[in-house]
Amino acid sequence: MVIKTEPFILNMGPQHPSTHGVFRMRVTLDGEVVVDVEPIIGYLHRGIEKLAEGRTYTQNIPFTDRLDYVASMTNNLAYVLAVEKLAGIEIPERAEYLRIIMAESMRIASHLMAVGFFINDLGALMTPMLYMWREREKLLDLFEMVCGQRLTYNYMRIGGVSHDVPEDFLPALKRFVAEMPRFLDEYDQLLSQNEIVLVRSKGVGILPRETAINTAASGPVLRASGVKWDIRKADPYSIYERFDFEIPVGTVGDNYDRYRVRVQEMRQSVRILEQAIAQLPEGEVCAEVPHSLRPPVGEVYGHIEAPKGELGFYLVSDNSIAPYRFHIRPPTMINLTALKDMVVGWKVADLIITFGSIDVCLGEIDR
Amino acid sequence: MTLLEQFQLWLGGIWPGWAAYLVPAIVGIVVILAFILVMIIVFIYFFRRVLGRFQIRIGPNRLGPEGIFQPIATAVKILLKEDIVPAKGDKVIHWLAPLVVFVPVLMIFAVVPLGARAILTDLNVGILYVVAISSVSAIGIYMAGWASNNKYSLISALRTVAQIVSYELPVVLAILGVVLMAGSLSMTKIVESQSIPFILLQPLGFLIFFLGTMAEMNWSPFDLLEADSEIVAGYHIEYSGMKFAMFYLGEFGHAFVYSCIIATLFLSGWQGPLLPPVIWLLIKVVAVFFVMVWIRATLPRLRVDQLMAFAWKCLLPMAVINLFIVAAEMLWLSEITPWLLVAVNFVFAGVLVLLWSKLFNLGGGRVEV
Repeated sequence: MVIKTEPFILNMGPQHPSTHGVFRMRVTLDGEVVVDVEPIIGYLHRGIEKLAEGRTYTQNIPFTDRLDYVASMTNNLAYVLAVEKLAGIEIPERAEYLRIIMAESMRIASHLMAVGFFINDLGALMTPMLYMWREREKLLDLFEMVCGQRLTYNYMRIGGVSHDVPEDFLPALKRFVAEMPRFLDEYDQLLSQNEIVLVRSKGVGILPRETAINTAASGPVLRASGVKWDIRKADPYSIYERFDFEIPVGTVGDNYDRYRVRVQEMRQSVRILEQAIAQLPEGEVCAEVPHSLRPPVGEVYGHIEAPKGELGFYLVSDNSIAPYRFHIRPPTMINLTALKDMVVGWKVADLIITFGSIDVCLGEIDR
Repeated sequence: MTLLEQFQLWLGGIWPGWAAYLVPAIVGIVVILAFILVMIIVFIYFFRRVLGRFQIRIGPNRLGPEGIFQPIATAVKILLKEDIVPAKGDKVIHWLAPLVVFVPVLMIFAVVPLGARAILTDLNVGILYVVAISSVSAIGIYMAGWASNNKYSLISALRTVAQIVSYELPVVLAILGVVLMAGSLSMTKIVESQSIPFILLQPLGFLIFFLGTMAEMNWSPFDLLEADSEIVAGYHIEYSGMKFAMFYLGEFGHAFVYSCIIATLFLSGWQGPLLPPVIWLLIKVVAVFFVMVWIRATLPRLRVDQLMAFAWKCLLPMAVINLFIVAAEMLWLSEITPWLLVAVNFVFAGVLVLLWSKLFNLGGGRVEV
């Protein structure tokens, strides 16, 4: 006798512990096997792109904090770089270095959260994540020292950064940079060779090289699939040409590669931080920029390598104090489009970890 | 003769027969129940504190010295919560399920020896009784998953059946090794026959039993039934208030009872020098529980097909081999000194575990849809 079965639809989210925000997946399941996934987004839509058209260029900086709120500094950076490109502003040397220091610290903080949540999605009862948070907390303390905020920093300004760092910032940062590699080794030892982590994530949720390129994926998701593409090297912005670092790439494009790429990137970020601290010059931290900046008529696309991928801002100026058009290219939204290709045929548990390995932030997907 | 029987015999001289039988039995049951419930609360507190240490945080420390009254506050909070029943759920089964999960935990304690004579009833098939009763909880979990009318619960219920039925086999086979060596199914006899704890004589059997029980009581890395990152809370997602508390107590009750059984079967139970038997038992139980919490705090979860593969490809064949080894040793090597057997069995266990870890992998593949 053949038992008659039929697939059923499960609405995962928007309230679900592992959807990393208010994300919803309409999953069609055949028993445990995922047959179809339809991502449904928009629960966190705030209309930032439209709101930004009614505010001055400087007033828009806080909005960028609220895109990918796990990595606010890099969002600031991407936006101010785009505006500076549009208005042709030169910024002081020290500000460049401070921006790099903040961006790379932010990358470490964001990746810590990504790998922590990835292991948490694997079911490790919060423990690895809390260890990640112990390290991330140190970075948040540093950011708090600099700008008084722990989540939405609003630190970068058009023409530089808002203030110089306080005296005790650099010693604290040096201490962190010295400690971090040891922590990463400890972490690698516990988890990267863990039998269960390997058996759960190796070969699971493969994103082939071609598919990754065709979906315009970027960031660790793309690099895990074996594509050596990092905007810091491919289209260098700010002063990244001065630093010596490598681009870690994966081979297969499975969940384990995405996880490994992030861990390796943290090591590279530590390297960049070391060099930046050593080279940090004295001087001004912000150029003279008029309060009501009126960039010349024109359009610009500025992009950076944010922790989660290529974060781009497309700005159109009509020579008024507000941008005529303010468009964001959120990396994780575009990475998310590959989700279905990665998970169909795998189990529910794989769906969760694959989704976790993309490392989305709903703040920037819904905007 | 157990303490209870002695009490009954003594009362029999004064009271009529039925009262002399019934009153001591009720007293014994109440004492055991109180003991279990207190121990469950202690375990919950212990779990939260130890987990806090593992997770570089403090854990509950506000209420009372070192937060020891926190479980009581939690219990009061849970009792005061609204009891929610899903509108389209099966109400009777929804009501019954927590009981079916929790009551077997209490029933198992009838045969757990807390001391040489401190046991409610010394069944001559004690361990068989344990195996039989402990599987009943699976039905309760399945009922809860079905009655909740929730898709997450349903997935959890389906996993329950597969998981608990699969892990029953290696667990029972591992117990058989112990029974062979002890020559009895009675829990007290098993303890008494352990002049050397069976964990040393049968390391492989211990390993299989330990992992199997962790899977049966739904403990990480086998906690697929409530896998909170996948199916939210699994079978108890639609439960609140006291019904949820029953599941929660059931979970820790299972942890306590299985720790007791592991201590009894493999760690020579209440035996030990100087200290009173109950204290020795509790020391061993807490040690076992600590290892469980350690594992739970550290390891990620297996996937459902890997969980099945682990039971059928790894634990079951190893349990059969272990049984053969023990049987052969009982047949041919019963004359030699036991310490030699310990060495031989550790070598066997090491070789087998290494062999299996090299030969078999758990990774399931993608299914074409």
